[in-house]
Amino acid sequence: MPAKKSPSLFRLTASITRAQFVGISILVFALLLVVWWIATSAEWVRPLFLPSPPKVIARLGELAASGQLWQDASISIWRITVGFLISTAFALPIGVLIGCYKAWEAIVEPVVDFVRYMPVVAFVPLTILWTGTGDTQKYLIIWIGTFFQQVLLIMDNVKGVPWDFINLGRTLQMPERRILARIVLPSAMPGIWDSLRISLGWAWTWLVVAELVAATSGMGYRITTAQRFFQTDLIIGYILLLGCFGLATDQAMKALGRRMFRYMAPRG
Amino acid sequence: MMPKLTITALSKTFGEGARAVTALQGVDLAIGDNEFLSLVGTSGCGKSTLLSIVAGLESHDQGEVLVDGVPVDGPGLDRGVVFQSYTLFPWLTAQQNVEFALREAGMRGKEAADAAADHLKLVGLDGFANAFPRELSGGMKQRVAIARALSYRPKMLLMDEPFGALDALTRHHMQELLTRIWEKHRLTVLFITHDVEEAVYMSDRVAVMSNRPGRIKEIIDIDLERPRHYDLVASPRFQQLHRAVLDSIRAESIEVAQLGTALA
Repeated sequence: MPAKKSPSLFRLTASITRAQFVGISILVFALLLVVWWIATSAEWVRPLFLPSPPKVIARLGELAASGQLWQDASISIWRITVGFLISTAFALPIGVLIGCYKAWEAIVEPVVDFVRYMPVVAFVPLTILWTGTGDTQKYLIIWIGTFFQQVLLIMDNVKGVPWDFINLGRTLQMPERRILARIVLPSAMPGIWDSLRISLGWAWTWLVVAELVAATSGMGYRITTAQRFFQTDLIIGYILLLGCFGLATDQAMKALGRRMFRYMAPRG
Repeated sequence: MMPKLTITALSKTFGEGARAVTALQGVDLAIGDNEFLSLVGTSGCGKSTLLSIVAGLESHDQGEVLVDGVPVDGPGLDRGVVFQSYTLFPWLTAQQNVEFALREAGMRGKEAADAAADHLKLVGLDGFANAFPRELSGGMKQRVAIARALSYRPKMLLMDEPFGALDALTRHHMQELLTRIWEKHRLTVLFITHDVEEAVYMSDRVAVMSNRPGRIKEIIDIDLERPRHYDLVASPRFQQLHRAVLDSIRAESIEVAQLGTALA
């Protein structure tokens, strides 16, 4: 390739600067917003189906001012936090166990794999019969939706630990448990953190699913009631907000991971 | 004098029934105290399996492995292993990686820190003590691994193609470095390689393994003077020995090729 030609952004393996990346991302968001705005102000779609951006923002502002927004959001955030933590508390030890020991894998993995393919949504009626429509049912749905995925992801993270790391521990005459604690776990940790980050994204979905079907509070519940009153501005506002929450937690976990596992990236 | 390592009538089979593969059959080998012995052979001949058994990481079916006359029962601090893959823990610095081994070997505090620093210096990495593995080249990582294996003073060093993943230039540097360290500090070394030049350059003796099932086919004395420098590679005696080892291995691969033709 001639040297003078400036490299194209759209070339296989071409890299772009951080500024370019962020710039392009913001541009795409702005473009989508503009399309939405034009579509509504030109009245290509009926406002009932798709309200304009200012209307959505006005509605969110109204809800924020009355405290309703914060009340709904805090309830949902509390539920996902508890549900996700319970799920993780189960998945972490079990995932590590079946990643380390073939016998435990034989006991747990096929069952987990089976349950994983069962549609979570189908468990909603059952969980309501089991536990009612309170918070426990929300935790249960989040747990069913994330735990089984987490276990398998964590198992794979642990299996990815190089065998020679374990062999090295053996040549140092370390007891099995010490190898597990001092070699296997720290080695698998960056991968496990990433798995948790990904599963947290799914947990948001299961939270809203649970709140849509049977709830008396939370963001999902507010969306359902809004539907009854044709408040599409509220529905769209809440959906966008949920997207923002998901993105924010994802970025926060990413940033935290970069801090915790700083050794993974070369120092500049 | 009693050899440091004695292997007698060692056999190892993987799998069972029709799918059983005999990796080693009747391996006899003795390595003297402070001797540098290389084990060469075609890939898949079982040389790495043999090293794993000596390291205690793999079981064997028949025969015996003795270190100082005592049968090997699992891995131990008396045998330091350097693996082909860089087995440095990415979450620890070079210094901490060496200290990790020293602490497991029972050394504490400042003593461990000093010993780790000394051994990093020995491999020429005193300026990289605080570097994480990500920041080190392949050759540097392997130097840390060698420093780590030497640091807790094992009776012998087992090296499984330690320079196999390095580029030719780095590999030459590593061979010279290891030779220099060995000539100065003397240690019993079992060195696995498929690089004949490497084996001849570094060793006191080179053992050639036959094809599967592996056994020791021939042992060639490397009567080159020490200390050795890389110029030695061009000497007629080196060429002669190189040729002898190569011919011995080649006889094996020709056998395989002929077997292949016969089957076809």
